[in-house]
Amino acid sequence: MGGAVGEIHGAKIVGLLRRALLEEPRAVLFLIDSGGVRLHEANAGLIAISEIMRAVLEVRAGGIPVLALVGGSCGAFGGMGIVAKLCSAVLISEEGRLALSGPEVIETVAGVEEFDSKDRALVWRVTGGKHRYLMGDCAELVEDDVASFREAAVACVTAVTHDVSTLESLQARQHRLEQRIERFAGFNDGLDVWRSLGIEQPESVPMLDRGATVALKGRMEA
Amino acid sequence: MMLETILDELFPDGHSVRLAGKTITGEAATPLGTVAVLGTTDAAAMDHVIALGLSAFILETVAHHPERPFVYLVDTSGQALSRSEELLCLNGSLAHLAECVDLARRRGHPSLSLVTANAVSGGFLSYGLMADRVFALNDTQVRVMDLRAMSRVTKIEHERLVELAGHSPIFAPGAENYVQMGAVEAVLGLPSADWLVGALTALKQEAVLRDHRMESGFSRGGRLLAKPIALSIQPAPGT
Repeated sequence: MGGAVGEIHGAKIVGLLRRALLEEPRAVLFLIDSGGVRLHEANAGLIAISEIMRAVLEVRAGGIPVLALVGGSCGAFGGMGIVAKLCSAVLISEEGRLALSGPEVIETVAGVEEFDSKDRALVWRVTGGKHRYLMGDCAELVEDDVASFREAAVACVTAVTHDVSTLESLQARQHRLEQRIERFAGFNDGLDVWRSLGIEQPESVPMLDRGATVALKGRMEA
Repeated sequence: MMLETILDELFPDGHSVRLAGKTITGEAATPLGTVAVLGTTDAAAMDHVIALGLSAFILETVAHHPERPFVYLVDTSGQALSRSEELLCLNGSLAHLAECVDLARRRGHPSLSLVTANAVSGGFLSYGLMADRVFALNDTQVRVMDLRAMSRVTKIEHERLVELAGHSPIFAPGAENYVQMGAVEAVLGLPSADWLVGALTALKQEAVLRDHRMESGFSRGGRLLAKPIALSIQPAPGT
């Protein structure tokens, strides 16, 4: 069922997060592979997502980092896309996707010219792991296997020691997000964004492997 | 009901609320002191600009007006359905807004939401549902997704979904169903200053850091499984 979240899935996740507050582990690893709300129990699913959002923030406020790992075939969409971005950091593979509305939903409501959900290359240029990593929405780009995710998660747990949001940290992020929507207003393809970021051959980005993409990002930030 | 009418009913002592597009921000006078008023109107589709407009106002209020209550007026048709919005990680901006609502709570600002017309999926998740308590006016649309889109995703016939929406509380749109399940406190006949003062007073008197919704959904009989399942995962004290 596409990792969809209904009443029971939500309750289990909330229970685990609350347990983390009692047991105080070094970090919580949140493995997300989900299309969002389970539509068959739409209302209960929406409320469950909202409860997960509150619970993630409660764990983080308790000084325990929550890392989102996104590497499954469903990605993290809908409410679970919001949940992923409430975590301390998102680790994603190139195959992973992170967004709000699925391309199929946008196509159904807004038309195929707005978003052709069958155009897989386009879907990945808009929602895929590489794009999210290059834009800074995901902290780490990880090879698409369990060992790499484990290694990256361990490194991240070691690096993130204090992650409680403050007025100052949210003000800083507010500033970054405002600048970004101004700079990229009206863009609708990853290719245009990457070109604007100074990447000389944006059309080559989808072909780069993980190592080359990480190196490219390093050069962009240098 | 028109926004202006709702504001006049809630805040007879006066309000100065600005409208930028479909984004509401401002202040209002109440017998309990000044409150921050913010939200969306006219079935706004939440995009980056709206989300960041609201989060900016929350951060500004938190920075300059300690403990000032927040009153969120919710009318949203959900998230904007657009490729350019998704390209810039719309879920990230909605998460940022949700985190700002939560920060205000942790710093002692009470908050309540009033659904004035529509409260749909991602738009509702990003701020309305994050408040300490949520209320809804009569005849409001509280739901998750357009049934045509839902039909495509679930591969269930549209006619069948319309039929189901007619009677299944867990599935059917409607604020009453959210009351039963613990996410909405009550459905109001009309907005009034008395209701607002009562609700804010109640909020100030209780500790709201805990999410009470599973508990409420259980005691109201609309969501019987969530609470025992979540509890069964937490170890008993002392173990």
